[in-house]
Amino acid sequence: MTRNRKKSIWVFGDYRNYYQNRVTLQLIARAVALAKIIEAEVCALIFGHEIDEWIMEYTAHGADRILAIDDPALKSYSTEKYLAIIEALAKERNPEIILIGATDFGREFAPRLAKRLKTGLSADCVGLDITDDGLLLQIAPSFCGNMLAEIVTEFHRPQMATVRPGTFKEIPHDYERKAIVERLPLMNNLPKSRVRLIEYERSVEKEHTIENASVIVCGGRGMGNREKFKKLQELAKLLGGDVGATRPVVYAGWAEHGVLVGQAGKHIKPKILFSFGISGAIQHTAGLGEADFIVAINKNPQATMMKMADVAVVGDASDVLNNLIKELKKRIRE
Amino acid sequence: MVTELPWDEKAGTLRRDLAAGMMNPACKHALEAALQIKERFSAKITTVTMGPPASEEVLREALALGADEAILICDRLLAGSDTFATSLVLKEAIKKKCPKFDLILCGAYTADSETAQVGPQLAEELDLPAAAYVEKLEISGRTLRVRRMVDNFRETLEMEFPALVTVSMENYKPRYAKLSGLDDAFCGNEIKTLDTASLGIKAASMEKKGSRTKVRKVFLRKAQKGNVLLQGAASNVVNEFLDKYQRKIGTVIGKSIEEKKLDDKK
Repeated sequence: MTRNRKKSIWVFGDYRNYYQNRVTLQLIARAVALAKIIEAEVCALIFGHEIDEWIMEYTAHGADRILAIDDPALKSYSTEKYLAIIEALAKERNPEIILIGATDFGREFAPRLAKRLKTGLSADCVGLDITDDGLLLQIAPSFCGNMLAEIVTEFHRPQMATVRPGTFKEIPHDYERKAIVERLPLMNNLPKSRVRLIEYERSVEKEHTIENASVIVCGGRGMGNREKFKKLQELAKLLGGDVGATRPVVYAGWAEHGVLVGQAGKHIKPKILFSFGISGAIQHTAGLGEADFIVAINKNPQATMMKMADVAVVGDASDVLNNLIKELKKRIRE
Repeated sequence: MVTELPWDEKAGTLRRDLAAGMMNPACKHALEAALQIKERFSAKITTVTMGPPASEEVLREALALGADEAILICDRLLAGSDTFATSLVLKEAIKKKCPKFDLILCGAYTADSETAQVGPQLAEELDLPAAAYVEKLEISGRTLRVRRMVDNFRETLEMEFPALVTVSMENYKPRYAKLSGLDDAFCGNEIKTLDTASLGIKAASMEKKGSRTKVRKVFLRKAQKGNVLLQGAASNVVNEFLDKYQRKIGTVIGKSIEEKKLDDKK
């Protein structure tokens, strides 16, 4: 059955860490802007159990329509179930665009959904727009450098993208707003899950980590060697902060993977970020979107990181670090 | 490390011939997981990669580390493939060369664009139960149990073979190749090379089955902030920096930072 529907931009409702991660709201906000250009509606998808809160929130933040399935069988996230549900809905309703937050879940889920719908997908976008020919312009980081690629899906629908959290700003809530809420039954031909969820719990060990540290001292290859890199810990301790690292440093074994900051690692939002000996490849800077005040130290004043910084200190990262530790020890009063 | 940017500006696709020859770090962890499985159970490891001829080096490395077989999918027709096309071609190769596999391990990330999409898409192609970002694998009989951390949730999942996982870099620290392994890599084992014709993929079908996405333009990322530049000898520049910003830092860390001489004047 083909109905002459209005074009639709779908936003996957990734509500699991709603209060920590606002990416779904950010995507709704961007979808609202894109929808104006292509004359579409913004439709949020919510699958779960006891989901009224999210229906209310997504409506208040700008969705025109909500497709909701509320069922005890959807109590916990399931890639397989969500795939079957959205595959069926998308084949019935032909959305023009599907946007998914680049959370861990989204980055595993979206590629499979795109494959099922036989369409294209760009990963971890840092910008979305509409091209002159009416396509979704997907701006995504590319090869380990300071490069961005403009990607389009020309001939297949829906056009799909995962988007890095923090890329867009959410629309302030308005609880007076109304949306068309379609409450759908869970389809009864849902395939049996082949992946069994044995145990899951919100991790407590993650509660205090680099992601919510207010001071972060990041180091890159410019620190020179492992011993010099370890010194960053001393500065972090003085400032009550955490140490972060770039990918080359993690690969070199100077730091654990758990402190990797960037696209494949942690997204941080410190009030002050010190960046020692980091050139600023987008794989790293993609994790810094919400850093308030950036102090970069690098030999090369032309490094991207230096240009991104509020304060750029030209010099050998290790020398500056040692001097800074020495001077801070003199100046800090408990 | 490849620091030059091997972009083919005209085609807008990554020139993999320049980036080839180094194994993706996450894939090293996946290979290590496979090697540890092989140490405990009787297993045969086949490594598969798709890329230009230089990718052969990656396979030699895998053989040196203990893989039993290596397959290189190499064809100009495949240059510039996106993850949609790549996962399709990998499926064809696996179906042809090792259809009776129990487990497929992929790196959870790729070093170039970090799309992390090929693993999950390959699972779709082969219609397999799958899990991404796996930190630990346990096998009992035909059952695979994996642990992982996703979005602050610690999960334990189970599935039956055949299955696919992408391996994170939390565990399975890669080993170094032994000298005897190097012999295997260069003498014992042949690398089998496949092209699209031998996989039964026609040039015409790549139009329909191939890449969905198209890169229209590649450009340098622009920096946004206007900034203060401090230059000079390290000790001077640190003093200048602290004089300017110590109050700001002090407010954030909840401690007072001030120069000693101010203290002395009191």
